[in-house]
Amino acid sequence: MKVENQVTLEFPSRSANEGFARAAAACFAAQLDPTLEEINDIKTAVSEAVTNAIVHAYPDTLGSVTMKLRVREDHVLEIVVKDRGVGIADVEQARTPLFTTGGEERSGMGFTIMESFMDTLKVRSAPGKGTTVTMRRKIARRAGR
Amino acid sequence: MSLTCREQGRALTARVSGELDHHRAREVMEELDRRIDESRPRELTLDLSGLTFTDSSGIAVLLRAQRRMVQAGGSLRVAGAPPQARKVFQAAGLERLIRFEPGGPDT
Repeated sequence: MKVENQVTLEFPSRSANEGFARAAAACFAAQLDPTLEEINDIKTAVSEAVTNAIVHAYPDTLGSVTMKLRVREDHVLEIVVKDRGVGIADVEQARTPLFTTGGEERSGMGFTIMESFMDTLKVRSAPGKGTTVTMRRKIARRAGR
Repeated sequence: MSLTCREQGRALTARVSGELDHHRAREVMEELDRRIDESRPRELTLDLSGLTFTDSSGIAVLLRAQRRMVQAGGSLRVAGAPPQARKVFQAAGLERLIRFEPGGPDT
């Protein structure tokens, strides 16, 4: 799928950047003229992916989180959130609803939310090398545009 | 994000406003714990009508509040949750566990 536009953002794994990341994704997605519900879905999925990187990838240190935002052909928004942290030993287990290794403020529903709110979700990870989460969402073309 | 509380008899209403994410969830949980311990309410209403965003951190906050209230022999209801928050809570099946009121806290 051809890339029609893209930006790359890199920020440290500070929780204050969760709000920045979802706001940036919403601003970038605005060029596809999404509905409010589509924007909210994108913000929610980005918040989950970035929070996972911040909470789990770098448990005892600050690290770098990269977020790539792309508009692909056919009105598809692609979001790639990548870290170079500890990685996930068992991705299938991590994607199980209610599974978490985080603190009490985590519900274990992050991947479930990403799956529910986006069209596709891919998770690639290797222990010691980091995790890459790729999500896509087709934004409906609205009549009259 | 802000949390403001008001008491009426044994009923405690806690209004959560702004964005509730992982960055703010612990602060909200700790403040709710403190208010529950202080007031020992029979009913806790979480008024989410001022919530502008939440993610799965909001699920954790609601489940913890529910657990605290059940342990104390009381009950929890959630009022005024906006559509974005409702969609997050529905994805987790929370509406089977927690009482949601579509209107504000006084409905």
